[in-house]
Amino acid sequence: MELLRLATAGSVDDGKSTLIGRLLYDTKTIFEDQLASVEATSAQMGTEYTNLALLTDGLRAEREQGITIDVAYRYFATPARKFIIADTPGHIQYTRNMVTGASTADVAIVLLDARKGVLEQSRRHAFLASLLGIPHLVLAVNKMDLVDYDQEVFDRLKSEFRDFASKLDIGDLTFIPVSALHGDNVVSRSPNTPWYEGTSLLHHLEEVHIASDRNHIDARFPVQYVVRPQSTEHHDYRGYAGTVAGGVFKPGDEVMVLPSGLRTTIASIDTADGPVEEAFGPMSVTLRLTDELDVSRGDLICRPANQPRSTQDVEATVAWLSDQGTLSPRSMYAVKHTTRTVRAMVRDVHYRLDVNTLHRDEAANSLAVNEIGRVTLRTTAPLFVDEYRRNRTTGSFILVDESTNATVGAGMVLGSSQPT
Amino acid sequence: MRYELSHLRSLEAEAIHIIREVAAEFERPAMLFSGGKDSAVMLHLAVKAFWPARPPFPLLHIDTGHNFPEVLEFRDETVARTGVRLEVASVQQAIDDGKLVEETGPRASRNQLQTLPLLEAIETHRFDALFGGGRRDEEKARAKERVFSHRDEFGQWDPKNQRPELWNLYNPRHRVGEHFRVFPLSNWTELDIWQYVEADEVALPPIYLAHQREVFLRDGMWLAVGPYVTPAEDEVVEVRTVRYRTVGDMSCTGAVESPAATVSDIVAEVAAARVTERGATRADDRASEAAMEDRKKVGYF
Ligand SMILES: Nc1nc2c(ncn2[C@@H]2O[C@H](COP(=O)(O)OP(=O)(O)O)[C@@H](O)[C@H]2O)c(=O)[nH]1
Repeated sequence: MELLRLATAGSVDDGKSTLIGRLLYDTKTIFEDQLASVEATSAQMGTEYTNLALLTDGLRAEREQGITIDVAYRYFATPARKFIIADTPGHIQYTRNMVTGASTADVAIVLLDARKGVLEQSRRHAFLASLLGIPHLVLAVNKMDLVDYDQEVFDRLKSEFRDFASKLDIGDLTFIPVSALHGDNVVSRSPNTPWYEGTSLLHHLEEVHIASDRNHIDARFPVQYVVRPQSTEHHDYRGYAGTVAGGVFKPGDEVMVLPSGLRTTIASIDTADGPVEEAFGPMSVTLRLTDELDVSRGDLICRPANQPRSTQDVEATVAWLSDQGTLSPRSMYAVKHTTRTVRAMVRDVHYRLDVNTLHRDEAANSLAVNEIGRVTLRTTAPLFVDEYRRNRTTGSFILVDESTNATVGAGMVLGSSQPT
Repeated sequence: MRYELSHLRSLEAEAIHIIREVAAEFERPAMLFSGGKDSAVMLHLAVKAFWPARPPFPLLHIDTGHNFPEVLEFRDETVARTGVRLEVASVQQAIDDGKLVEETGPRASRNQLQTLPLLEAIETHRFDALFGGGRRDEEKARAKERVFSHRDEFGQWDPKNQRPELWNLYNPRHRVGEHFRVFPLSNWTELDIWQYVEADEVALPPIYLAHQREVFLRDGMWLAVGPYVTPAEDEVVEVRTVRYRTVGDMSCTGAVESPAATVSDIVAEVAAARVTERGATRADDRASEAAMEDRKKVGYF
C-alpha cells in the first residue's frame, strides 16, 4: 500500500471542509465519538443537517471565529492507499499556508464553486500548486447540485481553466464535477452526471500514478549524521546516515563526495534490518564507503558523472512568509538546504510575480509577506543544488531570520540556463 | 513495483529522518517514554536510526506514580535491552515536596499534574528538544501542530504563531531556555502503529493484549480495580476479557472489552473500530472538546 500526500485549496465557502468531511465520512474514517461531537455542535449552532465541515475545524480559536487559521492534517485510508491531507485555508495568508501545507504534496485538489466559475483565487491556487511542483492537479467543480448537474456549466469552467493552466507548468490536470454536500462523484460515480465519463474523485486518488514522480535518475545523498558506535563490537564502524534525495544507490557504485570532490565506492548500504541491495528515495539508510574519507553532515554523495551544481550564487523563486519585515537586497539570512546550513546575502530581487495575473513586476525590489519573486542569493559556502523542477529535495531551501529564528522564506532553485 | 515504498516504510523513513535531524541539530535532546505503544514504536525507530550505534540521547519518563505494574516492568526491560539511559521525573515526588496538590474525589487524576515535573526536568537537564509520540490523528489540536513544535521559555505552545514547515527542512533554531517538542510519528495513525508493531515485532507491555481483569463500568468505560481506583457503592465489579488501547495514568485509563489476543487480532480490530482511542479510553479528554488544546498551551505533551 502506497502513501499519497494530498493538499486541498479553495476559496472560502467553496465547500472544502465539506468535501474533506465527506471523504473522511464515506471512507469510514470518522469515528462515532467524533460524529457525535459534531452532531452536538451542529445542533447547538442551529444547523438543520449535520455539518460535516465541523469535522475538520480544529482549534477553539477557529471555532470561535468561524475560520480556519492554519494547515491541519487529516488521515484516511482505503484498501488501495493511505492518504495524508494537508488542509490549507484559502483566504488569509493563502500563500504562506499553501506553501507550508503543500510543499511535499503528490496531488493538489483545487475547489471551484460551479456557480461562481474560475475566480482569481482559483487561479492563484493552481499557480501555487504548479510553483511547488505538485505533479498532479485536480480541479473539483463543486456544488454541481446547485446548477442542476449541467454539463454545459462544467464544460465552460473546464475550458476557461484550461486556457489559464496552459501558462503554467502542470504535469497532469483532471476535472471532476462533484457535490460535496450530497456526495456526487466523491466516492462513487453519480447517476446525476451521466455525461461525465471520468472516475470519482476517490477513485482518481487511488489510481493516480505517483511512483514515477520521484527523481530516480540523479543519485543524491545528503549526509545527515555520521554513525560511529563507541563500542568494542563495532569499533571501526563509520557510516553516513541520510535520506536518499534522488536516484538509486547500489553497493559497488563509484561515488563522489562534495565538497571535497574525492572519489570512492559504496562498500555497503546498511539498515537495522540488514544490508540492502539498492536504496532509492525516500529511504533512510546508512552508507559505508570503501575509503576512509573525511565526510561530515552537510556533505553530499553523488555519482562522479552526474553531479549537482556546486555554487555560491543561487537563483531562486522565493515565497516570502514573514509579516515582520521584507526580503530586500543586502539582508542576511541563514539558509537551510538539505542537511547543510550556510548564511546568505540577498544580492538582487529581479521581479515580483503577481500570483493572480502571472505578471512580472520588474520595478519591484523587495518582497512582502505572501509575495513571490525571483531572487539571487550569495552564500557564504557552496550549496549543491539541482533545479527544483528536477528535484524537490535538492532544489529547495528555507530562509531563517537569525535575529528572530523565524522561518521567513521558502526558496525553489531555478535552472542556470533560465534567463534572468 | 520498482522504486515503490510501502506506506509503513515511507512513514518509517520519515520518522528516522526526523530523529536523526534532531540528534544532529540539538545539543541536549531526550525522548519521552511512557511505556505505551507510541513511545515503544518511537524508541524502536530511534534504535534503527543510529544502528549499530545506540540512540545518542536518554529517555525521560514522567512517572505519575499511578502506573500499571506491567508497564513499569516493560520500561525497565526496554532500558536494559537497548542500553539507553533513563531519566525519571516523578509526580509523586513533586506532591511530596509540596509543589503539587493532588486532585480529590472519585474522578481525581494525575494527568494534569504531569506538566510541572516535565517542565522541571527540562530545566534541570537543560533539554533543548524532547521527542514525543504524539500523532496528528489523535486529536484536533494535534492535527495542527508542526513536527518541530516550538516552546517558549515557559514551555508554552502558541498555535497561532507556528513556524512554516516546508519539505523536510526543519528549523531547529531557538533561544536559550526555549525548547522544541518533536513528533516523529506525526503522520502515523493508530492503525499504522499496529501494522508496524506487527511487521517489525515491536515489543509492548502485555496489557495491550486481551486478558482477564476485575473491572467496573464508569462513564461508559471499563476501569480496572486497583490501588488508585476504587469503585463507588453502586458500581459493580466483574471479571471481563479486556485490553487497553492506550496506557496512561491507571486512574483514568479505561480498558475496552476485546478478545484480541495477538497483535494481528488487534490490527483487525482497529481497522474495524468505530470509536477513537482517546474517546474510548481517556476520561481526561472527554471532559471537554478543547481539553487537549488547553493542556498543550501550558506545556503538556
Ligand atoms: N448545495 C451545496 N452546498 C454545498 C456543497 N458543498 C458545500 N456546500 C455548502 O457551502 C457552504 C460552505 O461549505 P464549507 O465546506 O464550510 O466551505 P469551505 O469554506 O470551503 O470549507 C456550507 O454551507 C456547505 O454546506 C455542495 O456540493 N452543494
